[in-house]
Amino acid sequence: MFEYAPAPESRSVVDLKPTYGLFIDGKFVDPSDGGSFKSVNPATEEVLAEIAEAGSGDVDRAVRAARRAYEKVWGPMPGRDRAKYLYRIARIIQERSRELAVLESLDNGKPIKESRDVDLPLVAAHFFYYAGWADKLPYAGFGPNPAPVGVAAQVIPWNFPLLMLAWKIAPALAGGNTVVLKPAETTPLTALLFAEICQQADLPPGVVNIVTGAGETGRTLVEHPGVDKVAFTGSTEVGRAIARSVAGTRKKLTLELGGKAANIVFDDAPVDQAVEGIVNGIFFNQGHVCCAGSRLLVQESVADRVLEALKRRMAQLRLGDPLDKNTDIGAINSAAQLARIKELSDAGSAEGAERWSPPCELPDRGFWFAPTIFTGVTQAHRIAREEIFGPVLSVLTFRTPAEAVEKANNTPYGLSAGIWTDKGSRILWMADRLRAGVVWANTFNKFDPTSPFGGYKESGYGREGGRHGLEAYLNV
Amino acid sequence: MSERVAVRKTYKLYIGGKFPRSESGRSYLVQDANVSLASRKDARDAVVAARAAVKGWAGATAYNRGQILYRVAEMLEGRREQFVALGVPGDEVDAAIDRWVWYAGWSDKLAQVYGGANPVAGPYFNLSAPEPTGVVAVVAPERPALLGLVSVIAPAIVSGNTVVVAASPAEPLAAITLAEVLATSDLPGGVVNLLTGRISETAPTLAAHMDVNAVDLTGVGDAELAVELEVKAAENLKRVLRPAPAEHDWFADPGVTRMTALLETKTVWHPKGT
Repeated sequence: MFEYAPAPESRSVVDLKPTYGLFIDGKFVDPSDGGSFKSVNPATEEVLAEIAEAGSGDVDRAVRAARRAYEKVWGPMPGRDRAKYLYRIARIIQERSRELAVLESLDNGKPIKESRDVDLPLVAAHFFYYAGWADKLPYAGFGPNPAPVGVAAQVIPWNFPLLMLAWKIAPALAGGNTVVLKPAETTPLTALLFAEICQQADLPPGVVNIVTGAGETGRTLVEHPGVDKVAFTGSTEVGRAIARSVAGTRKKLTLELGGKAANIVFDDAPVDQAVEGIVNGIFFNQGHVCCAGSRLLVQESVADRVLEALKRRMAQLRLGDPLDKNTDIGAINSAAQLARIKELSDAGSAEGAERWSPPCELPDRGFWFAPTIFTGVTQAHRIAREEIFGPVLSVLTFRTPAEAVEKANNTPYGLSAGIWTDKGSRILWMADRLRAGVVWANTFNKFDPTSPFGGYKESGYGREGGRHGLEAYLNV
Repeated sequence: MSERVAVRKTYKLYIGGKFPRSESGRSYLVQDANVSLASRKDARDAVVAARAAVKGWAGATAYNRGQILYRVAEMLEGRREQFVALGVPGDEVDAAIDRWVWYAGWSDKLAQVYGGANPVAGPYFNLSAPEPTGVVAVVAPERPALLGLVSVIAPAIVSGNTVVVAASPAEPLAAITLAEVLATSDLPGGVVNLLTGRISETAPTLAAHMDVNAVDLTGVGDAELAVELEVKAAENLKRVLRPAPAEHDWFADPGVTRMTALLETKTVWHPKGT
């Protein structure tokens, strides 16, 4: 591998406070029972800040603030004015993008080149896109006079903290709803900086409320009788619990859950391009991606060639300091997630699959996992069935397109899939048969605010992005 | 001369294109007829039949599905008097016929109205298209027995879903007679499967079944049962249509939400280049 001198992005753009309160009704406030937790930098285990933990009284205050803002200010406000606030927010995000990117990498562990070049541009674009819908809702195809749902409870994961916030808040606000959002407990900092951005944009108090905390805070929020809409991104297990908890209520629910995507490589695919797609599919964001291409299905006749090229490419991946602009693979987000990845990888070895990683030095402190592939994987192996949510790829082979479809669909999930082939008719034939909400052909892990995203089967329901994404936040 | 002795009809279930009795051998009396009392096993058999029919029905062309739904309207028109004789009001039969015609025309329009090109910020072809969710379990409204039943079946199958329907327990004769209409309308066996009997017996099996993709609880009148079914449906994250309000007007314009609630959106990306 080429040697590079370190090129770290400066932390000086970020002004970290020692403690953060809850953002309720336009102000930062202390939690009523004074609980708190720490957010750490997963690359160093350094404590970044102390964060308020919202109890049920705080959640209640936030929901009431959101209700007031919905009834008095945001609901009655003309769409063109809501649009202007959203455009303002989009612009401030662009103006403060470096600060947000560095903070995201500090709190989450993802490489700065990803937070800077992927997350932040998509966040700003998402607000800009939905801003434009706010005064055009009668033309969105949901009837001539679409009404907002009301107060939305939104719970988001730690893998794309600010991007998931944008996916939740932008369409909700465009539709005339107000929100109470709970960021993940390991990555609350960019959501709290977003709260400051709401203040800077003079967004009316109570339209956006941010309550920090862990699973219990999230549960209290989604079960609060004062919310009309629940939106959750995270594990299928928690999604199931939420679906149960809204039973018998009139709460509208959308869920974006786990995945175990097949990335299918045919013998006529250009090998180098396919390998880039495989690497992007599973090692982007340390594999902390619900739509990650975590099952490689490679046609038997080219399996050896593809694997050889893949291993050569993996040996070039740079793992280390997330703030270093050369870094390809950052830190695993938490000790708990690292333990889960290790447990499943050990199960892969124990069940008879062959494990390989390139020579890769892991830093002494922090949470790290080397990019890893398993070959000789069968469909019965846990690593072929369960979501690992880490930089671990399971490789299976197939002979015919029909077998590829069969294996790809042999999962309770259905979020995404990849196809690599030079034959156009085969792409369309495959795309028709794959039971997945997003199909990437000769590309992978591409996102855009105009493009609906979401799953089939146990990957959840509802779509985020595009005109389709508005449906979740309108009474249709 | 003695009066001719009439040939009576046996009212049976409709599963996989055939008319079997309940495997349980049970029946219950409605309007002087013995109607099959479907068991949990019948419900599971119906899901198997519905799953087997998905590939052919979802894979059929939209034009073909539209013609078959229109054919149902034709067959129903011809049997109008039979439904009236069962006690279905004439205006309800007319509305049911017209409803098949309305949904028939949607088959080849859904994708254009609910799908389309997405202008992504990059050199990519990007297209979203609706697809059927799969197997849908439906609890049909108690009344109106015919129009309510048609109003829940047609929007589910027009896009390529297959259904297992628990018919109105109080008025099952119209449902089974509708199954006879479906069986003679070129609708492939298994696309619509019909169970008569107790909702409390069949619906929990359907809601808990791991090979069912969505449940439509429209006809569940018992609020406690509705919660139980929704909780069961969460196990494999079935799409859920909640019970309709009691005052729902089945004669009104049905709108599109019953169709769109049973669709998945698939988005396909491909790079552009030379």
